[in-house]
Amino acid sequence: MADTFSGLINYWVAIALMMIGFYIVIAQGNLVKKIVGLNIFQVAVFVFYISMGKVKGGTAPILDDSIEVYSNPLPHVLILTAIVVGVATTALALALIVRINRAYGTIEESEINEQDNVLDASEGKP
Amino acid sequence: MIIISLLFFMTATAISMLWLRDLFAVVMLSGIYSLFAAVIYMVMDAVDVAFTEAAVGAGISTVLMLGTLALTKSKEKVHKKIAYGPLALVLITGGILVYGTLDMPHYGDANAPIHSHVASRYIEKSGLEVGVPNIVTSVLASYRGYDTLGETAVVFTAAIGVLVIIGRRKKKRKKTGAVNDGGDIA
Amino acid sequence: MMHQKSVLRVVSKLLIPPILLFALYVQFHGDFGPGGGFQAGVIFAAAFILYGLIFGIANARRTVPASATRTMLALGVLLYAGTGVWTMLLGGEFLDYNYLASTPIAGQHLGILLVELGVGITVAGAMMSIFYTFAAQTLDGDEDIEEEV
Repeated sequence: MADTFSGLINYWVAIALMMIGFYIVIAQGNLVKKIVGLNIFQVAVFVFYISMGKVKGGTAPILDDSIEVYSNPLPHVLILTAIVVGVATTALALALIVRINRAYGTIEESEINEQDNVLDASEGKP
Repeated sequence: MIIISLLFFMTATAISMLWLRDLFAVVMLSGIYSLFAAVIYMVMDAVDVAFTEAAVGAGISTVLMLGTLALTKSKEKVHKKIAYGPLALVLITGGILVYGTLDMPHYGDANAPIHSHVASRYIEKSGLEVGVPNIVTSVLASYRGYDTLGETAVVFTAAIGVLVIIGRRKKKRKKTGAVNDGGDIA
Repeated sequence: MMHQKSVLRVVSKLLIPPILLFALYVQFHGDFGPGGGFQAGVIFAAAFILYGLIFGIANARRTVPASATRTMLALGVLLYAGTGVWTMLLGGEFLDYNYLASTPIAGQHLGILLVELGVGITVAGAMMSIFYTFAAQTLDGDEDIEEEV
Protein backbone atom coordinates (compact mmCIF):
# COMPACT_ATOMS: atom_id res chain seq x y z
CA MET A 1 0.00 0.00 0.00
CA ALA A 2 2.73 2.44 0.98
CA ASP A 3 4.62 1.25 -2.10
CA THR A 4 1.64 1.97 -4.34
CA PHE A 5 1.27 5.38 -2.74
CA SER A 6 4.88 6.44 -3.23
CA GLY A 7 4.95 4.97 -6.72
CA LEU A 8 1.85 6.70 -7.99
CA ILE A 9 1.63 9.93 -5.95
CA ASN A 10 3.32 11.93 -8.76
CA TYR A 11 0.65 10.89 -11.22
CA TRP A 12 -2.12 11.66 -8.75
CA VAL A 13 -0.83 15.14 -8.01
CA ALA A 14 -0.43 15.76 -11.74
CA ILE A 15 -4.05 14.69 -12.22
CA ALA A 16 -5.17 16.96 -9.36
CA LEU A 17 -3.35 19.88 -11.02
CA MET A 18 -4.94 19.02 -14.36
CA MET A 19 -8.36 19.07 -12.74
CA ILE A 20 -7.72 22.44 -11.07
CA GLY A 21 -6.79 23.84 -14.48
CA PHE A 22 -9.81 22.15 -16.06
CA TYR A 23 -12.12 23.64 -13.43
CA ILE A 24 -10.73 27.15 -14.06
CA VAL A 25 -11.26 26.72 -17.79
CA ILE A 26 -14.88 25.56 -17.58
CA ALA A 27 -16.17 27.37 -14.48
CA GLN A 28 -14.57 30.83 -14.49
CA GLY A 29 -15.80 33.57 -16.76
CA ASN A 30 -12.70 35.72 -17.18
CA LEU A 31 -10.88 34.99 -20.44
CA VAL A 32 -7.36 35.72 -19.15
CA LYS A 33 -8.02 33.41 -16.23
CA LYS A 34 -9.17 30.72 -18.61
CA ILE A 35 -5.82 30.96 -20.40
CA VAL A 36 -4.01 30.69 -17.05
CA GLY A 37 -6.13 27.60 -16.32
CA LEU A 38 -5.16 26.12 -19.65
CA ASN A 39 -1.50 26.74 -18.76
CA ILE A 40 -1.95 24.97 -15.41
CA PHE A 41 -3.47 22.00 -17.23
CA GLN A 42 -0.66 22.01 -19.79
CA VAL A 43 2.15 22.07 -17.23
CA ALA A 44 0.42 19.27 -15.29
CA VAL A 45 0.48 17.10 -18.43
CA PHE A 46 4.19 17.90 -18.83
CA VAL A 47 4.91 16.87 -15.23
CA PHE A 48 3.02 13.63 -15.88
CA TYR A 49 5.11 12.86 -18.97
CA ILE A 50 8.45 13.67 -17.34
CA SER A 51 7.48 11.52 -14.33
CA MET A 52 7.00 8.55 -16.64
CA GLY A 53 10.42 9.09 -18.23
CA LYS A 54 12.37 8.97 -14.97
CA VAL A 55 14.39 5.83 -14.21
CA LYS A 56 15.43 5.15 -10.65
CA GLY A 57 19.17 5.76 -10.26
CA GLY A 58 19.32 7.28 -13.73
CA THR A 59 20.91 10.57 -14.70
CA ALA A 60 20.21 13.24 -17.28
CA PRO A 61 20.47 11.79 -20.81
CA ILE A 62 23.85 13.26 -21.73
CA LEU A 63 26.30 10.54 -22.78
CA ASP A 64 29.36 9.96 -20.66
CA ASP A 65 31.53 6.86 -20.22
CA SER A 66 31.23 6.88 -16.43
CA ILE A 67 27.42 6.62 -16.45
CA GLU A 68 25.44 3.39 -16.75
CA VAL A 69 21.77 4.33 -16.38
CA TYR A 70 20.06 7.19 -18.18
CA SER A 71 16.53 8.47 -17.84
CA ASN A 72 14.33 8.10 -20.89
CA PRO A 73 15.13 10.95 -23.33
CA LEU A 74 12.00 10.53 -25.46
CA PRO A 75 9.48 12.31 -23.17
CA HIS A 76 12.01 15.11 -22.74
CA VAL A 77 12.11 15.71 -26.50
CA LEU A 78 8.32 15.67 -26.81
CA ILE A 79 7.78 18.04 -23.89
CA LEU A 80 10.63 20.39 -24.84
CA THR A 81 8.98 21.20 -28.15
CA ALA A 82 5.52 21.20 -26.57
CA ILE A 83 6.54 23.97 -24.15
CA VAL A 84 7.66 26.32 -26.92
CA VAL A 85 4.64 25.53 -29.07
CA GLY A 86 2.52 26.05 -25.94
CA VAL A 87 3.78 29.59 -25.41
CA ALA A 88 3.28 30.40 -29.09
CA THR A 89 -0.34 29.23 -28.99
CA THR A 90 -0.86 31.05 -25.66
CA ALA A 91 0.32 34.22 -27.37
CA LEU A 92 -2.23 33.60 -30.13
CA ALA A 93 -4.99 33.17 -27.53
CA LEU A 94 -3.92 36.36 -25.74
CA ALA A 95 -3.98 38.22 -29.06
CA LEU A 96 -7.55 37.04 -29.56
CA ILE A 97 -8.41 38.29 -26.05
CA VAL A 98 -6.96 41.72 -26.84
CA ARG A 99 -9.04 41.76 -30.01
CA ILE A 100 -12.20 40.66 -28.15
CA ASN A 101 -11.62 43.39 -25.57
CA ARG A 102 -11.34 45.94 -28.36
CA ALA A 103 -14.60 44.80 -29.95
CA TYR A 104 -16.70 44.24 -26.80
CA GLY A 105 -14.97 46.37 -24.17
CA THR A 106 -14.87 43.47 -21.73
CA ILE A 107 -13.14 40.13 -21.20
CA GLU A 108 -15.90 38.59 -19.08
CA GLU A 109 -17.68 35.76 -20.82
CA SER A 110 -21.10 36.58 -19.35
CA GLU A 111 -20.97 40.22 -20.50
CA ILE A 112 -19.88 39.17 -24.00
CA ASN A 113 -22.81 36.75 -24.21
CA GLU A 114 -25.17 39.47 -23.00
CA GLN A 115 -24.00 41.90 -25.69
CA ASP A 116 -24.36 39.18 -28.31
CA ASN A 117 -27.91 38.44 -27.16
CA VAL A 118 -28.86 42.12 -27.29
CA LEU A 119 -27.40 42.34 -30.78
CA ASP A 120 -29.26 39.23 -31.90
CA ALA A 121 -32.52 40.54 -30.46
CA SER A 122 -32.16 43.87 -32.28
CA GLU A 123 -31.61 42.03 -35.55
CA GLY A 124 -34.66 39.91 -34.98
CA LYS A 125 -32.82 36.64 -34.54
CA PRO A 126 -34.01 34.24 -31.85
CA MET B 1 10.55 13.59 -0.83
CA ILE B 2 11.82 16.71 -2.60
CA ILE B 3 9.45 15.99 -5.46
CA ILE B 4 6.47 15.52 -3.15
CA SER B 5 7.08 18.81 -1.38
CA LEU B 6 7.55 20.61 -4.71
CA LEU B 7 4.33 19.08 -6.01
CA PHE B 8 2.63 20.27 -2.83
CA PHE B 9 3.84 23.82 -3.49
CA MET B 10 2.62 23.59 -7.09
CA THR B 11 -0.81 22.48 -5.92
CA ALA B 12 -0.96 25.31 -3.38
CA THR B 13 -0.03 27.82 -6.11
CA ALA B 14 -2.66 26.40 -8.45
CA ILE B 15 -5.38 26.56 -5.78
CA SER B 16 -4.55 30.17 -4.93
CA MET B 17 -4.73 31.00 -8.65
CA LEU B 18 -8.22 29.52 -8.57
CA TRP B 19 -9.35 31.77 -5.71
CA LEU B 20 -7.64 35.08 -6.41
CA ARG B 21 -9.60 37.76 -8.23
CA ASP B 22 -6.70 40.10 -8.91
CA LEU B 23 -5.50 38.97 -12.32
CA PHE B 24 -2.09 40.59 -11.82
CA ALA B 25 -1.48 38.29 -8.84
CA VAL B 26 -2.81 35.32 -10.82
CA VAL B 27 -0.34 35.97 -13.64
CA MET B 28 2.60 36.34 -11.24
CA LEU B 29 1.57 33.10 -9.51
CA SER B 30 1.49 31.35 -12.87
CA GLY B 31 5.13 32.38 -13.33
CA ILE B 32 5.94 30.90 -9.91
CA TYR B 33 4.01 27.75 -10.85
CA SER B 34 6.19 27.41 -13.95
CA LEU B 35 9.36 27.85 -11.89
CA PHE B 36 8.29 25.06 -9.52
CA ALA B 37 7.61 22.89 -12.56
CA ALA B 38 11.11 23.68 -13.85
CA VAL B 39 12.66 22.58 -10.54
CA ILE B 40 10.64 19.34 -10.67
CA TYR B 41 11.88 18.61 -14.20
CA MET B 42 15.42 19.24 -12.98
CA VAL B 43 15.01 16.73 -10.14
CA MET B 44 13.54 14.22 -12.61
CA ASP B 45 16.66 14.49 -14.86
CA ALA B 46 14.98 16.44 -17.63
CA VAL B 47 17.58 19.23 -17.77
CA ASP B 48 16.66 20.46 -21.24
CA VAL B 49 12.99 20.66 -20.36
CA ALA B 50 13.73 22.50 -17.10
CA PHE B 51 15.81 24.99 -19.04
CA THR B 52 13.02 25.61 -21.54
CA GLU B 53 10.30 25.87 -18.90
CA ALA B 54 12.31 28.40 -16.87
CA ALA B 55 12.98 30.55 -19.93
CA VAL B 56 9.59 30.22 -21.61
CA GLY B 57 7.00 29.50 -18.93
CA ALA B 58 8.37 31.75 -16.23
CA GLY B 59 9.80 34.40 -18.55
CA ILE B 60 8.15 35.04 -21.87
CA SER B 61 4.60 33.88 -21.16
CA THR B 62 4.45 35.95 -17.95
CA VAL B 63 5.57 39.03 -19.90
CA LEU B 64 2.97 38.37 -22.59
CA MET B 65 0.17 37.91 -20.04
CA LEU B 66 1.17 41.11 -18.25
CA GLY B 67 1.09 42.84 -21.63
CA THR B 68 -2.44 41.54 -22.17
CA LEU B 69 -3.52 42.75 -18.73
CA ALA B 70 -2.16 46.22 -19.52
CA LEU B 71 -4.36 46.25 -22.62
CA THR B 72 -7.48 44.84 -20.95
CA LYS B 73 -8.48 44.78 -17.30
CA SER B 74 -6.53 43.55 -14.33
CA LYS B 75 -9.51 42.71 -12.10
CA GLU B 76 -11.88 39.86 -12.50
CA LYS B 77 -15.39 41.27 -12.33
CA VAL B 78 -17.91 38.59 -11.63
CA HIS B 79 -16.76 36.00 -9.19
CA LYS B 80 -19.14 33.14 -9.02
CA LYS B 81 -19.38 30.97 -5.98
CA ILE B 82 -18.59 27.31 -6.44
CA ALA B 83 -20.16 26.08 -9.65
CA TYR B 84 -21.46 22.64 -8.80
CA GLY B 85 -21.99 21.30 -12.32
CA PRO B 86 -18.40 21.88 -13.46
CA LEU B 87 -17.10 20.74 -10.06
CA ALA B 88 -18.91 17.41 -10.39
CA LEU B 89 -17.63 16.99 -13.94
CA VAL B 90 -14.06 17.74 -12.82
CA LEU B 91 -14.27 15.33 -9.88
CA ILE B 92 -15.65 12.52 -12.06
CA THR B 93 -12.97 13.08 -14.72
CA GLY B 94 -10.26 13.17 -12.07
CA GLY B 95 -11.60 10.01 -10.44
CA ILE B 96 -11.56 8.15 -13.76
CA LEU B 97 -8.01 9.30 -14.46
CA VAL B 98 -6.83 8.23 -11.00
CA TYR B 99 -8.48 4.85 -11.55
CA GLY B 100 -6.54 4.62 -14.80
CA THR B 101 -3.21 5.17 -13.04
CA LEU B 102 -3.71 2.24 -10.64
CA ASP B 103 -2.17 -0.34 -12.96
CA MET B 104 0.49 1.99 -14.32
CA PRO B 105 4.18 1.19 -13.75
CA HIS B 106 5.44 2.90 -10.61
CA TYR B 107 7.56 6.03 -10.65
CA GLY B 108 11.19 5.26 -11.56
CA ASP B 109 10.44 1.66 -12.63
CA ALA B 110 13.24 0.68 -15.04
CA ASN B 111 11.13 -2.12 -16.59
CA ALA B 112 8.24 0.10 -17.60
CA PRO B 113 7.10 -0.36 -21.23
CA ILE B 114 8.00 3.24 -22.03
CA HIS B 115 11.71 2.42 -21.62
CA SER B 116 11.76 -0.77 -23.66
CA HIS B 117 11.23 0.25 -27.31
CA VAL B 118 12.91 3.10 -29.17
CA ALA B 119 14.28 4.81 -26.04
CA SER B 120 16.88 2.11 -25.36
CA ARG B 121 18.02 2.29 -28.96
CA TYR B 122 18.47 6.06 -28.69
CA ILE B 123 20.53 5.62 -25.54
CA GLU B 124 22.71 2.81 -26.89
CA LYS B 125 23.19 3.79 -30.52
CA SER B 126 22.95 7.58 -30.70
CA GLY B 127 26.57 7.99 -29.63
CA LEU B 128 27.71 5.90 -32.61
CA GLU B 129 25.14 6.98 -35.18
CA VAL B 130 24.92 10.70 -34.47
CA GLY B 131 27.99 11.30 -32.32
CA VAL B 132 26.45 14.01 -30.16
CA PRO B 133 26.68 13.58 -26.37
CA ASN B 134 23.31 15.15 -25.58
CA ILE B 135 20.79 12.43 -26.47
CA VAL B 136 17.91 14.89 -26.34
CA THR B 137 19.55 16.99 -29.06
CA SER B 138 20.25 14.01 -31.29
CA VAL B 139 16.69 12.72 -30.97
CA LEU B 140 15.23 16.20 -31.42
CA ALA B 141 17.24 17.25 -34.44
CA SER B 142 18.19 13.98 -36.10
CA TYR B 143 15.98 10.98 -35.30
CA ARG B 144 12.84 13.07 -35.01
CA GLY B 145 13.79 15.88 -37.36
CA TYR B 146 10.38 15.78 -39.07
CA ASP B 147 8.64 16.39 -35.74
CA THR B 148 10.82 19.36 -34.99
CA LEU B 149 10.28 20.81 -38.46
CA GLY B 150 6.56 20.58 -37.78
CA GLU B 151 6.91 22.24 -34.37
CA THR B 152 8.96 25.06 -35.87
CA ALA B 153 6.25 25.54 -38.47
CA VAL B 154 3.67 25.73 -35.66
CA VAL B 155 5.66 28.46 -33.88
CA PHE B 156 5.93 30.29 -37.21
CA THR B 157 2.21 29.97 -37.83
CA ALA B 158 1.29 31.14 -34.32
CA ALA B 159 3.45 34.25 -34.69
CA ILE B 160 1.89 34.98 -38.08
CA GLY B 161 -1.51 34.53 -36.44
CA VAL B 162 -0.70 37.10 -33.76
CA LEU B 163 0.50 39.54 -36.42
CA VAL B 164 -2.70 39.02 -38.39
CA ILE B 165 -5.04 39.41 -35.41
CA ILE B 166 -3.55 42.45 -33.69
CA GLY B 167 -0.80 43.49 -36.09
CA ARG B 168 -0.19 47.12 -36.93
CA ARG B 169 -2.29 49.21 -39.22
CA LYS B 170 -1.00 51.44 -41.95
CA LYS B 171 -0.35 55.02 -40.97
CA LYS B 172 -2.29 56.39 -43.94
CA ARG B 173 -5.55 55.68 -42.19
CA LYS B 174 -4.68 57.97 -39.30
CA LYS B 175 -3.73 60.82 -41.64
CA THR B 176 -7.04 60.72 -43.47
CA GLY B 177 -8.75 60.83 -40.11
CA ALA B 178 -10.99 57.87 -40.80
CA VAL B 179 -12.52 56.46 -37.66
CA ASN B 180 -11.29 52.97 -37.07
CA ASP B 181 -13.58 50.65 -35.25
CA GLY B 182 -10.82 48.14 -34.83
CA GLY B 183 -12.47 45.87 -37.33
CA ASP B 184 -9.59 45.78 -39.79
CA ILE B 185 -6.37 43.95 -39.71
CA ALA B 186 -3.01 45.21 -40.80
CA MET C 1 10.23 57.51 -20.99
CA MET C 2 11.34 56.35 -17.54
CA HIS C 3 14.12 58.89 -17.10
CA GLN C 4 14.23 58.47 -13.34
CA LYS C 5 14.83 54.73 -13.29
CA SER C 6 18.56 54.95 -13.70
CA VAL C 7 19.19 51.77 -11.71
CA LEU C 8 17.05 49.74 -14.08
CA ARG C 9 18.67 51.35 -17.11
CA VAL C 10 22.23 50.75 -15.94
CA VAL C 11 21.60 47.20 -14.76
CA SER C 12 19.81 46.23 -17.96
CA LYS C 13 22.62 47.76 -20.02
CA LEU C 14 25.05 45.59 -18.08
CA LEU C 15 22.87 42.49 -18.44
CA ILE C 16 21.90 42.56 -22.10
CA PRO C 17 25.33 41.69 -23.63
CA PRO C 18 25.84 38.65 -21.33
CA ILE C 19 22.28 37.48 -22.09
CA LEU C 20 22.99 37.62 -25.82
CA LEU C 21 26.31 35.85 -25.34
CA PHE C 22 24.63 33.19 -23.20
CA ALA C 23 22.00 32.67 -25.88
CA LEU C 24 24.73 32.02 -28.43
CA TYR C 25 26.46 29.64 -26.01
CA VAL C 26 23.22 27.73 -25.46
CA GLN C 27 22.65 27.63 -29.21
CA PHE C 28 26.03 26.22 -30.19
CA HIS C 29 26.76 24.16 -27.08
CA GLY C 30 23.41 22.37 -27.23
CA ASP C 31 25.07 19.26 -28.68
CA PHE C 32 27.13 18.74 -25.55
CA GLY C 33 25.06 20.01 -22.66
CA PRO C 34 21.49 21.08 -22.04
CA GLY C 35 20.35 23.59 -24.59
CA GLY C 36 19.51 23.94 -28.22
CA GLY C 37 17.64 26.08 -30.68
CA PHE C 38 14.38 26.42 -28.74
CA GLN C 39 15.99 27.65 -25.54
CA ALA C 40 18.56 29.83 -27.30
CA GLY C 41 15.89 31.52 -29.40
CA VAL C 42 13.85 32.36 -26.32
CA ILE C 43 16.86 33.70 -24.40
CA PHE C 44 17.97 35.75 -27.39
CA ALA C 45 14.50 37.25 -27.67
CA ALA C 46 14.44 37.87 -23.89
CA ALA C 47 17.40 40.24 -24.22
CA PHE C 48 15.51 42.40 -26.72
CA ILE C 49 12.31 42.17 -24.69
CA LEU C 50 14.23 43.46 -21.65
CA TYR C 51 15.57 46.30 -23.80
CA GLY C 52 12.07 47.09 -24.99
CA LEU C 53 10.66 47.08 -21.44
CA ILE C 54 13.29 49.43 -20.06
CA PHE C 55 14.05 51.78 -22.95
CA GLY C 56 10.66 51.90 -24.57
CA ILE C 57 9.23 50.06 -27.52
CA ALA C 58 10.13 52.78 -30.05
CA ASN C 59 13.84 52.43 -29.28
CA ALA C 60 13.62 48.64 -29.40
CA ARG C 61 11.91 48.83 -32.79
CA ARG C 62 14.74 51.01 -34.04
CA THR C 63 17.27 48.41 -32.88
CA VAL C 64 15.43 45.48 -34.45
CA PRO C 65 12.86 46.73 -36.98
CA ALA C 66 9.64 44.81 -37.53
CA SER C 67 10.76 43.76 -40.98
CA ALA C 68 13.86 42.12 -39.43
CA THR C 69 11.86 40.01 -36.94
CA ARG C 70 9.45 38.99 -39.69
CA THR C 71 12.35 38.00 -41.92
CA MET C 72 13.87 35.96 -39.08
CA LEU C 73 10.53 34.24 -38.59
CA ALA C 74 10.51 32.94 -42.13
CA LEU C 75 14.26 32.49 -42.50
CA GLY C 76 14.50 29.88 -39.73
CA VAL C 77 11.85 27.58 -41.18
CA LEU C 78 13.42 28.08 -44.60
CA LEU C 79 16.86 27.12 -43.27
CA TYR C 80 15.42 24.01 -41.61
CA ALA C 81 13.46 22.84 -44.64
CA GLY C 82 16.30 23.93 -46.93
CA THR C 83 18.68 21.60 -45.10
CA GLY C 84 16.24 18.79 -45.83
CA VAL C 85 16.05 19.69 -49.51
CA TRP C 86 19.84 19.97 -49.65
CA THR C 87 20.23 16.41 -48.34
CA MET C 88 17.76 15.31 -51.03
CA LEU C 89 19.85 17.02 -53.71
CA LEU C 90 22.93 15.25 -52.38
CA GLY C 91 21.24 11.90 -52.93
CA GLY C 92 19.78 11.13 -49.52
CA GLU C 93 16.29 11.32 -48.11
CA PHE C 94 14.68 14.44 -46.67
CA LEU C 95 16.65 15.49 -43.52
CA ASP C 96 19.09 12.56 -43.84
CA TYR C 97 22.19 14.38 -42.62
CA ASN C 98 24.59 11.52 -43.40
CA TYR C 99 25.04 12.88 -46.94
CA LEU C 100 25.99 16.41 -45.88
CA ALA C 101 29.69 15.69 -45.36
CA SER C 102 32.26 13.07 -46.20
CA THR C 103 31.56 10.92 -43.13
CA PRO C 104 28.11 10.26 -41.63
CA ILE C 105 29.17 11.58 -38.20
CA ALA C 106 30.46 14.85 -39.64
CA GLY C 107 27.31 15.11 -41.72
CA GLN C 108 25.13 14.58 -38.64
CA HIS C 109 27.06 17.30 -36.78
CA LEU C 110 26.62 19.77 -39.61
CA GLY C 111 22.96 18.88 -40.09
CA ILE C 112 22.15 19.27 -36.39
CA LEU C 113 23.99 22.60 -36.30
CA LEU C 114 21.98 23.91 -39.26
CA VAL C 115 18.54 22.77 -38.14
CA GLU C 116 19.11 23.96 -34.56
CA LEU C 117 20.15 27.32 -35.99
CA GLY C 118 16.95 27.36 -38.03
CA VAL C 119 14.86 26.57 -34.94
CA GLY C 120 16.69 29.25 -32.94
CA ILE C 121 16.17 31.94 -35.57
CA THR C 122 12.47 31.17 -35.96
CA VAL C 123 11.79 31.02 -32.22
CA ALA C 124 13.71 34.26 -31.57
CA GLY C 125 11.89 35.99 -34.43
CA ALA C 126 8.52 34.68 -33.26
CA MET C 127 8.97 35.74 -29.64
CA MET C 128 10.25 39.20 -30.62
CA SER C 129 7.51 39.90 -33.13
CA ILE C 130 4.83 38.65 -30.72
CA PHE C 131 6.16 40.89 -27.93
CA TYR C 132 6.51 43.93 -30.19
CA THR C 133 3.01 43.42 -31.52
CA PHE C 134 1.58 43.32 -28.00
CA ALA C 135 3.68 46.26 -26.83
CA ALA C 136 2.67 48.44 -29.79
CA GLN C 137 -1.03 48.12 -28.92
CA THR C 138 -2.91 50.87 -27.19
CA LEU C 139 -5.99 50.39 -25.07
CA ASP C 140 -8.54 51.41 -27.67
CA GLY C 141 -6.47 50.12 -30.57
CA ASP C 142 -7.07 53.26 -32.63
CA GLU C 143 -3.54 54.46 -33.07
CA ASP C 144 -0.05 53.16 -33.24
CA ILE C 145 2.97 54.25 -31.28
CA GLU C 146 5.09 54.48 -34.36
CA GLU C 147 5.08 53.20 -37.88
CA GLU C 148 7.86 52.47 -40.32
CA VAL C 149 6.88 49.62 -42.58
